[in-house]
Amino acid sequence: MSTTAPAPSRPTSSSAPRRLAEERRLPWYHLVFTGLAGLLVAVAALAIFDALSVTSAILLGFVLHLLFGWGYSLLREGPRWATDRLMTLLVIGAFAISMFPLVSLLWSVIARGLTRVLAAKPNILSFWTTDMSGIIGGADAGGVTHAIIGTLLITLWASLISIPVGLFTAIFLVEYADQGWKRTLGKGVTFLVDVMTGIPSIVAGLFGLALFISFMPDQSVRMGIMGAVALSLLMIPTVVRNSEEMLRLVPMDLREASYALGVPKWLTIVKVVLRTAIAGLTTGITLAIARVIGETAPLLLTVGMVTSLNWNMFDGRMATLPTFINQQYRNGNANCMADSVTNPINHEVYACSITTNIDRAWAAAFTLIVIVMVLNLIARLISHYFSPKLSR
Amino acid sequence: MAAPQPITVEDLNIYYGDFLAVEGVDVQIRPRSVTALIGPSGCGKSTFLRTLNRMHEVIPGAYAKGKVEINGEDIYDSRVDPVNVRRRVGMVFQKANPFPTMSIRDNVLAGVKLNNRRISKTDADELVERALKGANLWNEVKDRLDKPGMGLSGGQQQRLCIARTIAVKPEVVLMDEPCSALDPISTLAIEDLIHELKEEYTIVIVTHNMQQASRVSDRTGFFNIAGTGKPGHLIEIDDTDTIFTNPSNKQTEDYISGRFG
Repeated sequence: MSTTAPAPSRPTSSSAPRRLAEERRLPWYHLVFTGLAGLLVAVAALAIFDALSVTSAILLGFVLHLLFGWGYSLLREGPRWATDRLMTLLVIGAFAISMFPLVSLLWSVIARGLTRVLAAKPNILSFWTTDMSGIIGGADAGGVTHAIIGTLLITLWASLISIPVGLFTAIFLVEYADQGWKRTLGKGVTFLVDVMTGIPSIVAGLFGLALFISFMPDQSVRMGIMGAVALSLLMIPTVVRNSEEMLRLVPMDLREASYALGVPKWLTIVKVVLRTAIAGLTTGITLAIARVIGETAPLLLTVGMVTSLNWNMFDGRMATLPTFINQQYRNGNANCMADSVTNPINHEVYACSITTNIDRAWAAAFTLIVIVMVLNLIARLISHYFSPKLSR
Repeated sequence: MAAPQPITVEDLNIYYGDFLAVEGVDVQIRPRSVTALIGPSGCGKSTFLRTLNRMHEVIPGAYAKGKVEINGEDIYDSRVDPVNVRRRVGMVFQKANPFPTMSIRDNVLAGVKLNNRRISKTDADELVERALKGANLWNEVKDRLDKPGMGLSGGQQQRLCIARTIAVKPEVVLMDEPCSALDPISTLAIEDLIHELKEEYTIVIVTHNMQQASRVSDRTGFFNIAGTGKPGHLIEIDDTDTIFTNPSNKQTEDYISGRFG
C-alpha cells in the first residue's frame, strides 16, 4: 500500500469521505455539570411538592442526571456516545447502590459498637475481658468474654467436624468419582450436597437438638457440641462445594506429571493437588466459617444462653455472640429506678444507663465483625504464603 | 547394569471405553536408541506412547489389552503395579508442566520428595546438579535454584521437566511432542539433549514434525488411521533413513512426501 493513500473510508452516498476527527467527545467534567443540573432540578421539584429530603434529592437527582446526561450527550456527541454515557452512569449507579448497605452497615456498627467498646470501664479492653455474671438491670458494665469464647469454641468444633468431612467428600468427587458406580455415587452425593445447601438454619438447629435428645437421658440437655453439630450441617455443603471448585481448577497436567514420576495416586492428591489448591481451599473454608459464625437460630435452640464463661463443650449451656446480640437487643431499654446498680455477686457498684442493653448489642456486633475480619486476614496470609509462585 | 533388552509390544489393542483407538500394534523398540513416532493427528501415536508406561489408563474408561514387555516383564500383567512401571518409564509431556508450588531444585527432586523418600542434603545437591547437567540446564539456573520453576522460559521449563524425569533414573524416557510449543532455538537445545540422552536411555518420541523425526531418531514408526471413528494402526517401522528415502508402504510414502489426504 502506498504511504500517500488516504485512510480508507466507508463508501457513503455523499461525495466527501467521512472524517475520523468528526466525532467529538466532551471532556469528563460535563458529567459534573449535568449532575449538578439534575440535583438542582430535583431539589426544586421536591421543594415545590414539600417532599425534600437528602435521600429523595439524591435519588431523583440521579435519575434526572441519567436523563440530562443522555440528552445533552445525544445533542453534542451523537447517539453512540449518548448510549455510552447512559450505560456508564447506570453501571456507576448500580455500584453505588450495592455499596450503600455495606458502607452504611459498617458505619453504624463501628460508630455505635466501637464507642461502647472504648467506653468500657475500668479499662479499654474491659468489654472483651469481663462476662455478664451479676450484671442486672441497667448496670453500665459487663462484657462478652463468655460469648467470644463460646463462639470461637463452637465454630472451632464445627470446623473440626466439617472441614475433614467436606474436604474428603470433595476429594472423592473430584479424584475418584470418575467412572462406573463411583460416578453414580458421586452424582448422588452432589445432589444431596445441593439439597443440604438449602437447609434453613433453624432446621439444622432442630436436627442438632433432636439428634442429641434421642440418646441423652435428659430431654432438656443443652451443650456446646450440639451447636457445633448443628452448625457443621450448614458448613459441610459450603466446604464441599468450595473445595470441589478449587480442586477442579488444578490442571490435569500436574497430576499426570506426578503419576509419570511414579508417585502413587494418594501422594499425588496430598502433595500435588491439595498443595497447589491450598490458597483456594483456605479461602473457601474461611467463607464457610464466616457463613456459620454469625448463625443465631440453631444456637438458640441447641446451646442456649448463659451469663458466665463455660469452657466445656460437653456440659451445659454456652453463650455465643449472635445469641448475645439477640438477647441484649430483646431486653430493650433498661429501667433506671436509681442512679446506680449493685452487682449481687461481688458487690461492685455501677452507674445506671437506660440504653445499656442496646449498647452492648452493638458492641457485641462490632466484636463479631472484628473476629470475622481477623479470620479473613489469617486466610489471606495463608493464601499469600502458599499460593503458587509465578515471579522470577 | 545388565544389557538392556528391547521393549516388545505384542498385539496391543488400546481402548477409550468402547472405542477401539489403536489396533494390533506389534513392534520391538530398540534399547539405547531414539524411536520417533509420526503420523496424522488423531492416529493414536500419543495414545500408544502413553500405554508404554500405563499413563493411558489415567483417563476415565481407558484401558489397553495385549502385551508390553520391558526387560522381559509384561507391564500389563495383573500383578504389576502401574506406579512401579512409571518409576522405570519416565515421560515428558507436550506442554511443560513444572510443579507451580515448587522451586527449580524441588522440581528436580519431585520424584524423590513426592514419594516421601528421605535423601541427605549432599545426595540431593548431587542429584540436582547431575540431572540439570544432564538436561543442559545447569549453567542457566545454577544461581537461582530456589526460584520458582514457573519463572523459567518455555524451553527452560521443558528441559526442567526432562531433568525431573531423568532424576528418578528411569530406563526409558517417553516424549510426547516435547518441542511443539517451543521456538526453534529451544527446540534445537532439546534435540541436542535427546542425542546425549540416548547413550543412557531408551527414548520414544512422538512428533508432528517430520524434520525433527529425521534429525533425532534412529528408527521411525508411522501410524495412520483409515478414517474418523476407525482405529489407528502402526503402518510400518524401520530405520529412519529407510522410512524417509525408501518406505515400503505406499501410505508412508504419501505422508512423508506431503501427498497425504
